Amino acid sequence: MHMTKKMKLSQLSNMLQDLDVESMEGVTIEGDIELNITGGGGLDPALAYALGHEISHVSLHMANIARMLGFPAEQLLASAFGMAEAGQPRALQASPKIQELLASKFEVAKIENWKSQIQEVTLGATSGDGGSRKSTITIGGENALPYYFDAGMPHRNHVTLDVFDMPISMAKAVKANYEDVINDPAEWAKKAVRDFNADMVTIHLISTDPLIKDTPAKEAAKVVEDVLQAVDVPIVIGGSGNPEKDPEVLAKAAEVAEGERVLLASASLNLDYERIAKAAVDYGHVVLSWTQLEINAQKELNRKLMKQCNVPRESIVVDPTTAALGYGLDYAYSNMERIRLAGLMGDDELTFPMSSGTTNAWGAREAWMVSSPLSQDSDWGPREYRGPIWEIITGLTLSLAGNDLFMMMHPTSVQVLKEVTQTLYGAIESEEIDISNWIGAEV
Amino acid sequence: MKINSPLEAYKFLPGTNCGECGELTCMAFAAHLIDRSKKLTECKPILEDKFKKKFEELTALLAPEIREVEIGVGDRVSKIGGDDVLYRHKLTFFNQTQFAYDVWDTMDEKELVERVNYIQDFKKFYVGSFLNVDMVAVRCTSNDPAKFAAAVKKVVETTDMPIILCSFEPAVLKAGLEVSKDRNPLLYAANRDNWKEIADLALEYDVPVTLFAPDDLELLKSMAKTFAAMGTEKLVLDPGTFPTGKQLRQTFTNFIKLRRAGIEGDRDIAYPIMAVPFTAWMAHDDPVSASYWETVVASIFTIKYGDIMILHSTEPYAILPEIHIRDTMYTDPRKPVSVDPGMYKVGEPTVDSPVLITTNFALTYYTVESDLASSKIDCYLWAIDTDGIGVEAAVAGGQLTASKIKKGIEDSGFDLKKDTTHNTIIIPGLAARLQGDVEDETGANVMVGPADSGRIPGWMDKNWPPQKK
Ligand code: B12
Ligand code: SF4
Repeated sequence: MHMTKKMKLSQLSNMLQDLDVESMEGVTIEGDIELNITGGGGLDPALAYALGHEISHVSLHMANIARMLGFPAEQLLASAFGMAEAGQPRALQASPKIQELLASKFEVAKIENWKSQIQEVTLGATSGDGGSRKSTITIGGENALPYYFDAGMPHRNHVTLDVFDMPISMAKAVKANYEDVINDPAEWAKKAVRDFNADMVTIHLISTDPLIKDTPAKEAAKVVEDVLQAVDVPIVIGGSGNPEKDPEVLAKAAEVAEGERVLLASASLNLDYERIAKAAVDYGHVVLSWTQLEINAQKELNRKLMKQCNVPRESIVVDPTTAALGYGLDYAYSNMERIRLAGLMGDDELTFPMSSGTTNAWGAREAWMVSSPLSQDSDWGPREYRGPIWEIITGLTLSLAGNDLFMMMHPTSVQVLKEVTQTLYGAIESEEIDISNWIGAEV
Repeated sequence: MKINSPLEAYKFLPGTNCGECGELTCMAFAAHLIDRSKKLTECKPILEDKFKKKFEELTALLAPEIREVEIGVGDRVSKIGGDDVLYRHKLTFFNQTQFAYDVWDTMDEKELVERVNYIQDFKKFYVGSFLNVDMVAVRCTSNDPAKFAAAVKKVVETTDMPIILCSFEPAVLKAGLEVSKDRNPLLYAANRDNWKEIADLALEYDVPVTLFAPDDLELLKSMAKTFAAMGTEKLVLDPGTFPTGKQLRQTFTNFIKLRRAGIEGDRDIAYPIMAVPFTAWMAHDDPVSASYWETVVASIFTIKYGDIMILHSTEPYAILPEIHIRDTMYTDPRKPVSVDPGMYKVGEPTVDSPVLITTNFALTYYTVESDLASSKIDCYLWAIDTDGIGVEAAVAGGQLTASKIKKGIEDSGFDLKKDTTHNTIIIPGLAARLQGDVEDETGANVMVGPADSGRIPGWMDKNWPPQKK
């Protein structure tokens, strides 16, 4: 069992510095969480000072959000719901003046053609299995759409937090949470797990990009070792997004992480996926199969991984691409929903757990711009509140399409997303609320 | 819809291929009936008396599985329900979820008017038009019919948005109806105790009514059946929205079950569904936590089958994601989202005005166009034909190229040398790699603009007019 921690207020004060949100000039967050850096970052002290009052005010609210999210440690099994059988006789033809409610039985069938199970994939390996993780995480295994009553959902959703191998420029709202660890990936990973409730961490080896620092694969692999030392949760290893360099970098990283069952991010059609697949097979890892919003491309890549590269089914997770709320989420949602439905109905090229680069939500201008660029728009209000909820709703939407694993960045978003997905999953106990007279509620 | 092939619909049409409906053949029109892109009444001949029976039969066959219910009147009427599928990619979802924000009758009158005005004025530009919210729900918190009537009256005077009257007291609802009956308000709600009186009101005033049976689908169905038997099918179902924990999970299950049963043909409960994310405020004291959670609950039930909902938070950080997730779910996946390629004038451009390039993907074009227009930048803007693909994907996929840009400009009969004094083109920051090629192809100076068009104004201040070389 994986223990989740309650957030302490003291920890929150760090997380609340995110309110010195500056604009995100110079950063684009793309598909498989890659960050393109085109400019320097840095907190403007004058701005921070000016925001001082607002920050303290906002921080109080954010603290409250976190408080509501101190959820219990153990996950409970999703309970199955049975239908109450009333068994009353059907009423006879009614007359317009009716004194008693007509009896009626409500019935709805389970979906019949959801016959295939989504593949279960385990990430991380404990000492018993040749790794050094304290616990493992299993995703997938669904027999129905997420949280549906048709069949129990065997595993809850999980969140992996992003860690980078060099200081990067990112949304200030996000960056402020990591300012103290930005030069130290191992500490960064620790903080994500200890303070921000990450189930996993993703180490992005972006400095390997020839256009950034061209860090040799061997050196980058050392960072992977550091992170594996620093935390005992399963990890994801990401490349820089450079299609020429990534296969080499991921292969080397896979080698040093032998036995740990990491998720290698990612194989795609536009690079040497064979090399990445081979590294996964040779060293016992899982491959992230990443395509861009196209169900047939996803089938093709999965097929190639299985048939051509002999990657076992239990070692594939797919990332069909995440577009942000307002920026193509309609595509991304339906793409995932179609993939999941096809999987449940037996298309065995699509029966895999899914992963989302939810971080992409920070690319939406609504998440980071100070105010609307359009004078006709109603006031957008403080952006401090807009960023996290943009990431939350983007993730929540995809969770309903069947997404299993979320790659995220902002601590508040992680907390709320976990709260809502675990509520729907059935793992959150809370006081029952009597809504029968909600109209009169004082708010 | 009871039929699913054009052939089945065709059998009922006049079969003359007269073309009045704008289609070449009756068969083509039948295909539009099946994908719901045309209405049967667009075939004028079938409205003639001799086809009356066929018209009625086909109308019944074409009726959506989930009944459509109207709230409000005139231009501001809200239609809810009317869906035929469980997944948007199977067709599309019809009639966007309607968002009602609350006011209450113990509110100070001035505040009430301000709040109503804020709700009706809220707007956000997106893909060529404004996203808005829809309704006002008046809650009776005083339990006093006179007070309630006064509040409703004030709302009616302030806005022509549709209204929901909220109370479990028949006398209160009646008082509210008296001052709003010509606005076709939605009654909220009939429950296990008051249903007889509420049914009388709904029938007497001929208004839509909500049935409220928290976590009791059997009771909900009984009520729906009973109301239908009494003569009204203008029903909205509220299975209760419990805000947290296992109860929220159960609420989710109830929504899925209701809609699935309705789509699968259980006519007795095939009505629009109401969600009340407002109840998040019963679980959280802190307003930001409550707003966040309310937005989360609203999003769940916008995605999964809520047709109308009552909300409390009017904070922009709540409304903005709410209206966007609704747009996300209700965007018609069958429609190409593009604008006509070509030259567009923003403001009143002259020979000194900048020339900008973008794509004909609607989201891209309208974002850029509105950013320019709202900053009062007079310019020429080209929507290059990229098959409706945005800048970055079009550069990656080869739909936005130097030759396409050249062709786009030439096709509009525009001559950069003659029609401008600067012979300069500004390309999107995300198309920076095309700079050299565009220079070669067009012989013009090419400047690379910012990555986000929201930054064009600041960029212009620094970079326009271009330095003479
Ligand atoms: C939705 C999407 C798609 C949709 C496209 C839908 C459509 N109608 O455009 C689909 C599924 C079709 C798609 C396909 C592909 N995609 Co795609 N897609 C995206 C996604 C998720 C969002 C893009 C988007 O809509 N942005 C919003 C619009 C409004 O942005 P925009 O057009 O760029 O406009 C902004 C700016 O450019 C600027 N701007 C616009 N005009 C102008 C003009 C001037 C003068 C200025 C100054 C500024 C300016 O302001 C605008 C507002 O901010 C992005 C990833 C992401 N999260 O960003 C990937 C992404 C763009 N796709 C990518 C790729 C590679 C592809 C494919 C090639 C994948 C494949 N191998 O098949 C195909 C290509 C398809 C084709 N071209 O035919 C890559 C591009 C990588 C790169 N930089 O080269 C991205 C970045 C994902 C990634 N990380 O790999 N994609
Ligand atoms: S108007 Fe009616 S009769 Fe004429 S072509 Fe269209 S469908 Fe056929």
